[in-house]
Amino acid sequence: MQFIQQLINGIHVGSIYALIALGYTMVYGIVKLINFAHGDIMMLGAYVGFFAIGLWGLPFPLALLVSMVFCAFLGVVIERIAYKPLRNAPRISALITAIGMSLLLENIALVLFGPDPRKMPPVISKEAINLGGVQISYLTIVTLVLAVGFMILLELFIKKTRTGKAMRAVSQDKAASTLMGIDVNRIISVTFAIGSALGALGGVLYAVAYPQIEPYMGMMPGLKAFVAAVLGGIGSIPGAMIGGFIMGIVESLTKGYISSQWSDAVVFGILILVLLVKPSGLLGKNTREKV
Amino acid sequence: MTEKRKRIVINLGLVLSVYVILFVLIKLKVINRYYEGIMIACLINVILATSLNLATGFLGQLALGHAGFMAVGAYTAAIVTKTVGMTGSVQLLFSLLLGGIAAGLMGVVIGIPALRLRGDYLGIITLGFGEIIRVLLFNLNITGGARGLKGIPKLAGFNLVFWVCVLVVFVLYAITNSKQGRAIMSIREDEIAAEAVGIPTVKYKLLGFVMAAFFAGIGGGLFAHYMTVLDPKTFNFMKSVEILVIVVLGGMGSLTGSVVAAIALTILPEALRSFSEYRLLLYSALLIVMMIFKPGGFFGQREFSIQALMKRLKKPVVEGGEE
Repeated sequence: MQFIQQLINGIHVGSIYALIALGYTMVYGIVKLINFAHGDIMMLGAYVGFFAIGLWGLPFPLALLVSMVFCAFLGVVIERIAYKPLRNAPRISALITAIGMSLLLENIALVLFGPDPRKMPPVISKEAINLGGVQISYLTIVTLVLAVGFMILLELFIKKTRTGKAMRAVSQDKAASTLMGIDVNRIISVTFAIGSALGALGGVLYAVAYPQIEPYMGMMPGLKAFVAAVLGGIGSIPGAMIGGFIMGIVESLTKGYISSQWSDAVVFGILILVLLVKPSGLLGKNTREKV
Repeated sequence: MTEKRKRIVINLGLVLSVYVILFVLIKLKVINRYYEGIMIACLINVILATSLNLATGFLGQLALGHAGFMAVGAYTAAIVTKTVGMTGSVQLLFSLLLGGIAAGLMGVVIGIPALRLRGDYLGIITLGFGEIIRVLLFNLNITGGARGLKGIPKLAGFNLVFWVCVLVVFVLYAITNSKQGRAIMSIREDEIAAEAVGIPTVKYKLLGFVMAAFFAGIGGGLFAHYMTVLDPKTFNFMKSVEILVIVVLGGMGSLTGSVVAAIALTILPEALRSFSEYRLLLYSALLIVMMIFKPGGFFGQREFSIQALMKRLKKPVVEGGEE
């Protein structure tokens, strides 16, 4: 019974990691950039959600929407200002810029909101349904439904719509897509917008689950979501989802059966093992190197 | 040969005069303890940045776990000092050496599997190892766990730190200008081509990586004996990033760039302290602006040399001349 309980907790956190990991993987798939600022976009999303619920008194669904729209916009602006000028620069310059952007967002939050953590109001009841000895809270159900729902929407968007198809084309070959008349800049903006909106959703859900919001809250879940994306094969959308769930479950089981202190080490240990055995991740494709 | 010897004499003279000036200023109390602390922090950062530059700038392998090696060196050196009793400076040098070796061994353990990967993946895996080292520090008894390691004798003063730093930079300079150094740089330029002309790339990649880890360990050991307290939180991902930022801003593949950037980026946050909240904001904005407008860093791949500067000054640049 306890095992199933841990598993459910793991799926709860895992779905949040999966949402954030999608942002990493989509951006990486298209511009080959590890967007270190993604965790901080998630943090700002949590703040916006907090203000929308706590100060403006918006209902939860509307607050989610506001937060997602805000972060989508933010993601596009960040890309235009910081990443676009570096699109043809060496990879490491772009990486440093992303790290700089991450620091910048953290410090903006620090100046605007102060270092003290804020407490997210309990918008979703933590009351639990008892299913044969296993407790499933409403929060877990809502989180899971929202996360899985948005993942299905994303999958449909990418498979069915014109823009989604263009996104897949750009991630395969940027130059060829340009030749086929795809506006690459627009597609990159759309990618950042969707990724950041999903990050915001993850941020608000994370803040509701662990009701603390502070400027540095994005760092650890950001890193873990990133590991999840790599685990599943960075650039692969189903990979990011699977990676996210694996991370959540492993973390929760380690916390339950070994020790909560060691969970980070186990998580990164798995990452290293996977990379050593299959460097491209679970669902990644192997690329041959050309001279 | 005389040219080379001349260069060594000039540089040694330069280093000596800097040392004498600083030493006199400290004795005259113009430089108080606070400034001395910043200076030592600068020197330690110089060691960390130049060593990372060997792996990232010269070898071309993105490493995001440098703080982990620093931590291994720091804790090893501190534990050695606490268990083996020797006198002052001898003790420190002995501990530093063991700290460096421990970090170097860790470099071998991580390097052998990790260097099979390249680019971003290597960065990610070193990040993972760095985090695991941090978790170990938090949970082992010998490291004092989350409370940290206290009561390390304060053995590292300005004199020792200065000369250890000079020695490290000199050794790194010698490495990068040797046959091995050129092999390392050829891997950065094109690994496959290097392999094709018969350079054992695996061996040289490991050599560069382990050297970088070794010197990071020495930097960590100095840090431990200056701070006297070690907190595992110090060696987090942000510390690795901080060192990487120094390397990139100074110029990847330029040791003098790393030295200048390490000093500038250690002093800058201190100098901006009165703006407290806004200093980090400015710092991060600066980083982004710098990357957009001068992505090669201040020095690119060039080294600063007094002689070249003299030559330039003596012979006024003709219009439309070089560059």
